[in-house]
Amino acid sequence: MSRKTKLQVKNLSRIYEGNNGPVVALQDVNLEVEESEFVMIVGPSGCGKTTLINIIGGLDEATSGEVLLDGTPVSAPGADRGMVFQGYSLFPWLNVQKNVEFGLKMKGIPAAERAEQAQKYIELVGLKGFETALPKQLSGGMKQRVAIARTLANEPQVLLMDEPFGALDAQTRVVMQELLADISRRTGTTILFITHDIDEAVLLGERVYVMSRRPGTVRDVITVDIPGERSHNSLVLPEFLETKKQIMDMLWQESQDAALGR
Amino acid sequence: MTNTAAEKNRYVMAGEAIAAGAVAHGSVQGSKKTVKKQRQGARSNRMLSGICFLLIIGFWCAASYGKWVDEMFLPSPTAVLEKLLSMAKDGSLWANCQESTVRVLVGWFWSAVIALPVGMLMANSKKFCAFVQPIIEFARYLPVVALVPLTLLYLGIGESQKYTIIFLGTFFQLVLMVCDTVSGVDRNMINAARTLGAGRLQIYKEVIFPAALPGLMDDFRLTIGWAWTYLVVAEMVAASNGLGYMILRSQRYLATDTIFAGLILIGLIGLVTDWIFRILTRIVAPWQDRLGDAK
Repeated sequence: MSRKTKLQVKNLSRIYEGNNGPVVALQDVNLEVEESEFVMIVGPSGCGKTTLINIIGGLDEATSGEVLLDGTPVSAPGADRGMVFQGYSLFPWLNVQKNVEFGLKMKGIPAAERAEQAQKYIELVGLKGFETALPKQLSGGMKQRVAIARTLANEPQVLLMDEPFGALDAQTRVVMQELLADISRRTGTTILFITHDIDEAVLLGERVYVMSRRPGTVRDVITVDIPGERSHNSLVLPEFLETKKQIMDMLWQESQDAALGR
Repeated sequence: MTNTAAEKNRYVMAGEAIAAGAVAHGSVQGSKKTVKKQRQGARSNRMLSGICFLLIIGFWCAASYGKWVDEMFLPSPTAVLEKLLSMAKDGSLWANCQESTVRVLVGWFWSAVIALPVGMLMANSKKFCAFVQPIIEFARYLPVVALVPLTLLYLGIGESQKYTIIFLGTFFQLVLMVCDTVSGVDRNMINAARTLGAGRLQIYKEVIFPAALPGLMDDFRLTIGWAWTYLVVAEMVAASNGLGYMILRSQRYLATDTIFAGLILIGLIGLVTDWIFRILTRIVAPWQDRLGDAK
């Protein structure tokens, strides 16, 4: 099945002005995400993953190269590329319902329509009954559910996720991963997801981009072939373990190279 | 396989929901206890505040009734109370309080209304900040008392001179406080709003302002206190009414009881203002959790 390319990153580089001269955070990154595809980026910490997703989201500027959405270059942030952050970034003065409605309100959609749309996504993430709760009353997992619903309610072309489950405990993380796999199947949203957790990358991704250490660039792309729907049961399948080992070897090689200064 | 996975998913999700329910239930039970404890805490804290005042009043009683200090320097509490009552009867108490409160409110209001947008702009635009910051820092260090002669020359002894003194005393401080508070708004929240499609003005209105509001209320509360200080400065040089004028005139007639009455009134008005601002903060930002709010 050949799908249409949704998001494309072309020869993207990002150079910072550091105190001791320029620092190359990203070098000639190329990647593609097809429509409705679930793509993971995995890499060691400090490899520029967050810089990359911020550039795609329009929060940071590339030094050279470009980001194309449906073939059109994008640079500023926009509702077409929804982002979910590790720190939730909910608005603490708004309740769950109002948080989810935020993007729709910015678009000027009338209140009744807004409420209806928000309700749909609150139910999707399993938060029915918590509409009037304030963020401070919610657990970390529930906060991230609100953040996901808030982004999805905007119906973005691509969902960009920057280590969204990094701050959650192990059990909640698995629950959230299954929830996200379920949302991806049900809504067909195109997802680009960044993580340093190899299990998470293999469990969720249809394809996994493995990044190298600084200067960050794409080292390899791996297609994950695990039968059946992804759930916590997939974590012990031989196909899962095989792919995981493959990625582990690559990242291990990366750290070896770094340690030996190659 | 498909069904079982979906069921598992639902099961696990239900599990979390139940766990969340249990947490909520637990916290409701817990909160009853905490509320009781907090109430007891609040009562004992109020008692402590009362004790502090009583101690001071007790010391005052001892010093004055015990004749430690001459009546001319330290009037007795009864003399001050009598003075307050007689002022209340002849109406001068209300007139002076009202006069002074209006001056404080008008001067401070203009300072707040102008400081708010200027401070917000400073926090969000490096260029604007570079443009206005030096002059604000410069003006901030000018003692307001030293500006009184100029304001008298330019504005005379009317009300606008008093407003101007209060404005000058609070504005430059408030601008920097607003700028600081607004700069402290979580960058990630602004970024989230941008990726949700919010424009520049919408970010100011829907994110920066509400996020900064509790801090801004604190800034306002502090500066209105300073406004009272500058009010007395303004009323001591060129006024024919108000609490500051009353205090200065009393010095000439050695009427220490009136001076004390004036000081107590200013203090009381300050307490009430502070209390109103605390309540207002809780009304406009009930979502905020802070260490000091458990009181």
